[in-house]
Amino acid sequence: MQLPIIECRDLTKCYTNGSPALNQLTISLPPGRIIGLLGPNGSGKTTLIKLINGLIQPTSGEILINGMKPGADSKAIVSYLPDATYLNSWMKVDDILHYFQDFYKDFDIHKAYDMLKSLGVPPTARLKHLSKGNKEKVQLILVMSRNAALYCLDEPIGGVDPAARDFILRTIISNYSENATILLSTHLIYDIEHVLDEVLFLQNGILRMYNSVDNIRQQSGKSVDQFFREVFRC
Amino acid sequence: MPWDFQTDRPIYLQIMEHFEAGIVAGEYPAGSRLASVRDLAAEAAVNPNTMQKALAELERRGLLYSNRTSGRYITEDDTVIRQLRNELAEKKIRHFLSEMLQIGFEKDELIELIQERNLP
Repeated sequence: MQLPIIECRDLTKCYTNGSPALNQLTISLPPGRIIGLLGPNGSGKTTLIKLINGLIQPTSGEILINGMKPGADSKAIVSYLPDATYLNSWMKVDDILHYFQDFYKDFDIHKAYDMLKSLGVPPTARLKHLSKGNKEKVQLILVMSRNAALYCLDEPIGGVDPAARDFILRTIISNYSENATILLSTHLIYDIEHVLDEVLFLQNGILRMYNSVDNIRQQSGKSVDQFFREVFRC
Repeated sequence: MPWDFQTDRPIYLQIMEHFEAGIVAGEYPAGSRLASVRDLAAEAAVNPNTMQKALAELERRGLLYSNRTSGRYITEDDTVIRQLRNELAEKKIRHFLSEMLQIGFEKDELIELIQERNLP
């Protein structure tokens, strides 16, 4: 048995008001998969991703990344694409690449330049002068240019056009190494289900289902997207 | 171009069908070398694990074989390919028949209809 890349035991997170954002989540995710983190708005997807990245602390329960508590050592092996940008918009793409190179030992700057080239973004461009789609792509390139064990992508394809979506999915597929795990949250199931191995459904902070895409299709005779719509029909 | 997939069936099965059809049609000639899993996955726009699963299954069925050092190849065994061709034909005919029955054709009528046609 391989060490799970993510292990949660009774993981619970309550913000100051209201019901828990994540409620006693117990799950163990093996390495080497592309996993979709799905669920309606407010189901706890971003909360889980923030817990993985040590940005917030659990109220109770435990989370381990490759056997480690979230911290400097786990962050060295986790590449994180947040749902909102944290990069300074006045920076040039080139500056940001070097910034990442300084920060992360596993950052492959040549890979990043190659991807930028295929995208047609000049490294001298300032971030604020790029289109929304290109901004998203540049951030994805940064994240995927690391040789990490775990990639956490929070809504990587939200708000970009279908062609950009294809570019993003292609970038994810072609830069993914067999031993790495990608955890990818999204609402746009239809566009990405063909690249997923497994899906994890959250609803109101509770784990509703963890299964492989093939199983869901085989057992239900439906696409994951259709299946999802039925499960979560209001 | 990403390959076309139906949304309601496992993708690895559809990848297998893609190769089966391609092998029979000669798009993947007997004995030719396949691209790497990663390249094929990128071409089809699918997860490399899924591509790997489909190829492993095709290999298990004897349609592909792998050479430890140089990659995967389409089988050179004529019998296997001919058998595959018959299986695919069988599948298509069964499908055709069930559709024709559904729109109310009888056996004799069907045979007549086919014979009337000038096959290309």
